[in-house]
Amino acid sequence: MAERKIVDGRGSFCPGPLMELIVALKSSQVGDELEVLSTDKGSVNDIPEWINKVGHEYIATTEADGVWHIMMRKAK
Amino acid sequence: MATSKVCVVVVSGTLERLQMAAMVASVAAVSGQEVLVFLSMNALSYFVKGDDSKAPHEGEMGALMADKKIPAFKMLFEQAVELGDAKIFPCSMAMDVLGVEQEGIEDYLENATGLTKFLHDAQDGQVWTF
Repeated sequence: MAERKIVDGRGSFCPGPLMELIVALKSSQVGDELEVLSTDKGSVNDIPEWINKVGHEYIATTEADGVWHIMMRKAK
Repeated sequence: MATSKVCVVVVSGTLERLQMAAMVASVAAVSGQEVLVFLSMNALSYFVKGDDSKAPHEGEMGALMADKKIPAFKMLFEQAVELGDAKIFPCSMAMDVLGVEQEGIEDYLENATGLTKFLHDAQDGQVWTF
């Protein structure tokens, strides 16, 4: 059963949110969905770039009240 | 996936340069690139066990960074090794000058390496110097 995890990178600067996502991916199963919360605007562009580069599935990014939500699925 | 090798030479002991070097090494390593880091001159002493001295800043950016939640450069270097394919080499000359043995260096670093070997290992990669 695929899980959905929240990775709270709010308040951290580049590359903090990305590193927190990678730590969370290590303990995730293929198919799990992860949602990164970030207040660092650079990470909003960088994290999808990383997801595509290493071959995971990028789903979407939304923004609410100054917090970006970057959603992805672990593909391998 | 990119496979090109990234070689990072760190000689500065200032916060901005150590931070940028750690960012390049960690992001490249977690992006699937092979990373070799060579620590020498003023950069090495921060990796001596028990050293918790703060790197001085060079300018305005470093002063601003001190008040923000920026990942510590030592943590980023350690994550480059643990989460990616990075190897960090302390310079054997700098260790001799500091009078530090291998056991006195943080455990996530490789064995001390001389410049000749590092230059050989770096010759087919990008070289970034900080």
